Amino acid sequence: MKQIVVVGASAGGLSTAEALRRLGFAGSITLIGDEAYLPYDRPPLSKQVLAGRLAANEVLLRSARQIEALGLHLQLGVAATGLDLSERVVRASHGSVPFDGLVVATGARPRSLPGASARGVHFVRTLEDALALKESLVVGRRLVVVGAGFVGAEVAATARGLGVDVTVLEPSPVPLARVLGPVLGGVIASVHRSHGVDLWTGVGVREVCSSDGRVTGVRLSDGTVVGADVVVIGIGCVPNVEWLQDSGLQLSDGLVCDSWCSAAPGIYGVGDVASWHNPLFGVPMRVEHRTNAAEQGMAVARNLLGPPQPYAPVPYFWSDQYDLKIQAYGHLRDHDSVEVVGGDLDSRSFLAAYRRAGRLVGVVGVNVLPKTLRTWRAAILEEWR
Amino acid sequence: MKVSVDVPRCVASGQCVLIAPAVFDQRDDDGLVVLLDSSPPPALHEGVRESALVCPAAAIHVTS
Repeated sequence: MKQIVVVGASAGGLSTAEALRRLGFAGSITLIGDEAYLPYDRPPLSKQVLAGRLAANEVLLRSARQIEALGLHLQLGVAATGLDLSERVVRASHGSVPFDGLVVATGARPRSLPGASARGVHFVRTLEDALALKESLVVGRRLVVVGAGFVGAEVAATARGLGVDVTVLEPSPVPLARVLGPVLGGVIASVHRSHGVDLWTGVGVREVCSSDGRVTGVRLSDGTVVGADVVVIGIGCVPNVEWLQDSGLQLSDGLVCDSWCSAAPGIYGVGDVASWHNPLFGVPMRVEHRTNAAEQGMAVARNLLGPPQPYAPVPYFWSDQYDLKIQAYGHLRDHDSVEVVGGDLDSRSFLAAYRRAGRLVGVVGVNVLPKTLRTWRAAILEEWR
Repeated sequence: MKVSVDVPRCVASGQCVLIAPAVFDQRDDDGLVVLLDSSPPPALHEGVRESALVCPAAAIHVTS
């Protein structure tokens, strides 16, 4: 292995490149990213960056000097446009890059709505998105957030903290129910309402309305228009795989990878874009969370240099909303029952165990002691190992 | 190796404690990081570097 190309210069791509060097790989590493910035951290975008507590240069994952020390061919502001498996080259906006080893870490992008190109409509995926939204969050303006998933809920909480009027439109009856279940989703809904969010649930959103190119509101499926000065769309993400469309690699909810995160010989997926088979739970999963991007990058670096090992993590995520710290381990989406096993819901400090057919698949803690949560992580590992 | 932590950035995920429990701990009340050893012995270096990579808040700094 002489030339490794990493496509995607965010947490996953950076982690892969750093781990390759740490493991002693002295060959060429090309890191290609379509944004102009050095690798930066996305979780603060919907929280500290929006609230003005972290400046743009404070979300960089590494300093320019640290990046330089890795000795990468860094190609920022460059988009990969195709992959030729027989020639083993990545086609990019500035030319072709040959590889022996390829890491696909192109992430995901937000789903959109009709009419979303109007001024005043925002997403929260990139640093530029967050900085633009921050400028718009002014007291007296009406913010409408479409989607009460983690990004939407965090934006709503941050905006309330800034004194902005917030309406949240959520298509399902209870926010976050698919991941957390209806009971915890209900707790989160009530916390948002108690902080003054006008939360509408069970409402489909058809399109963004605008006048002279400027947003005026959001039209619901029943035709009702909810007036807005600023709209944030947080209705999930789609993996960035279009550049791989004609490559011959298997694409289905992301780049399909095996338990070793490999999509083809010498080709691996990392982070939000990778749908790999997690042998711990015995199911394919695609995890859009920060810690997985870094962990999977390290695993892929090891596997590129061999001997390969299966990647079998207990996924972790957290979310900060108001004074709630929500932390979770496991594969929650698969659960069929939820049991509060510590604390109580009313106190907003509790621990819930998620099970499928009686087996522990995950745990969610809200304002709980960190050590308690780690004990439950160990229990999940024990259940499935 | 010199290790430092940026406590205000820490998000209390505890990933470092899972990977390198001899170097990192968490405060009981809010879960923020506690640095147990700012000059860990070589046997622990791999775990410290891995912790710095995985830390979701990029709050662990390592200098050799």
